[in-house]
Amino acid sequence: MTTTERPRRTLRPGWLLLIPALALLAVVLLLPLFQSLLRSFGTPEFTLEHYSSLFTDGVTLTILLRTAATGVMVTVVTFVLGFPYAYLMTRVSPRMRGVLLVIVLVPFWTSVMARNFAWIIILQRGGPMESIFEFFGMHNVVFYGDVVGVTIAMSQVLLPFMVLPLYSSLGAIDRKLLLAARGLGSSPFIAFWKIYWPLSRGGVVSGLILVFTLSIGFYVTPALLGSPQQSLIAQLLATRTTQLLDFAGAGALGMLVLVVTLVLVGWANRFGGTISAVGVVPTPQTKGNS
Amino acid sequence: MTTTPAELDGGPVAASSGRRRRDRGVDPIPWWLKLIGLIVALYFVLPTLIVIPLSFSARADFGFPPEGFSLQWYENFFTDPRWLSSLGNSVLVAVFAALLATVVGTAAAVGLNRLTGRLAGFMRTLLMISLVTPTIVVAVAVYISFLQWHLTGSAFGYVLAHAALGVPFVLVAVTSSLGGFDQQLLRASASLGASPVRSFIRVTMPLISRGVISGAIFAFVTSFDEVVIALFLRSPTFQTLPVQMYNAVTYELDPTISAASTLVVVVVTIIVLVPQLVGTRRKSS
Repeated sequence: MTTTERPRRTLRPGWLLLIPALALLAVVLLLPLFQSLLRSFGTPEFTLEHYSSLFTDGVTLTILLRTAATGVMVTVVTFVLGFPYAYLMTRVSPRMRGVLLVIVLVPFWTSVMARNFAWIIILQRGGPMESIFEFFGMHNVVFYGDVVGVTIAMSQVLLPFMVLPLYSSLGAIDRKLLLAARGLGSSPFIAFWKIYWPLSRGGVVSGLILVFTLSIGFYVTPALLGSPQQSLIAQLLATRTTQLLDFAGAGALGMLVLVVTLVLVGWANRFGGTISAVGVVPTPQTKGNS
Repeated sequence: MTTTPAELDGGPVAASSGRRRRDRGVDPIPWWLKLIGLIVALYFVLPTLIVIPLSFSARADFGFPPEGFSLQWYENFFTDPRWLSSLGNSVLVAVFAALLATVVGTAAAVGLNRLTGRLAGFMRTLLMISLVTPTIVVAVAVYISFLQWHLTGSAFGYVLAHAALGVPFVLVAVTSSLGGFDQQLLRASASLGASPVRSFIRVTMPLISRGVISGAIFAFVTSFDEVVIALFLRSPTFQTLPVQMYNAVTYELDPTISAASTLVVVVVTIIVLVPQLVGTRRKSS
């Protein structure tokens, strides 16, 4: 018939099926973010004042730096704990690997509020954490209301986002290469450093960037476990919006956080697909399409 | 994936006894690595479990360790109208958000499966983008826009926002179950006279049902657990369970949250794990 002659002029049914999802996305995500962008440039007259004041008001910059520092700490903690764990996952029997994987996925379905509540209990004054330090002769060690407590709790929540990309990249490394290096007389450390580490770099980089990026947007954990004196960027964003009603300033700050996040995620994506690393959660993705 | 640990551990010296094999294995797992693994596994699981003993405590504060035994927090959870209504709201919102996310997400996954090229790849990324946008930025933007559209404090507003968050999970799950789908089946069905809708219901749907169900479950859990957007959309007349839990920790200092936490953790774990177990059993039989 004529379909072979003009296949491109009619909208193929595949595109029609995308419309409902795109419409939902537009209403909830794209349109509000676009309006927020417009507000950040000032109405009715165009101005960059809201952006410049982010760096000159004295508060925002301090909080930005504190957020970045917290993010770096969380990233380091999750890497130090996540790398051995992911490596262990590639070494154990398939059955044990399944158990370790389920343990990694536990934080994905345990309620955010339940977990934060649990950390409040553990870190509070007179709580189990203080008792442990007490036992070792250190008194008055309380992490509640402190960046350290926030870091401990955030690292637990973000650890899966380190372990999953690491696991997928470590699992693809052929360990026979290490045995070959050992057989040729290299020490375990050199074999690891010269062979295993370079091969794992894709997963390492995407895990590091992913955890840091996600840590920037954390709201509930710092709000509950931190203190207003040591607030992070998400708390500032919330305060500007709901208490100060500074919608334009909040818009500018939100855009800054969003752009930094998307740039970092786009960068991480080059090293082996961050979005698919997160998406791997419900079911292992079999189709390498994204 | 090319070598199994058993091969590496036992291959060259498989003839020797089990214990000696472990001693002289070419590539053993060091004990300290196992120890780190154990510590990390405990770090994942243990903290959350602390809410369970606390929920049976007779103490009227958040103190730990728990003292005595009491079911008062459970009783309070199921009788206090604040807790009950927020639980009801959460279930209502999560059910409709999951339905909406599943319908539009499945349609998008089926559509994208037929499309190729740059634009289709971009669309897939766009639909997944809510996974990586910081929730607080979305929450603030949604709050201000929904204020103008009079959607804050309404179940409808919650459903819309939560459904958008659930779409990526449905998309991934359905896409993965479409991986082995043979497009020829649809052509065969059409040549036998079935309409596209009938083909979808009778041919596509049964084949991707597992992916659809697993996506729907994750969309439900995502909504049921969502707290940041919920905090912004709440009103004195409408709030969800995570918001009530947030209030319990910050303003009310209400230990009922320990019972609520325990119930939520247990119920959601069952919701997530049971389909997996049923699925594997069906596969193995």
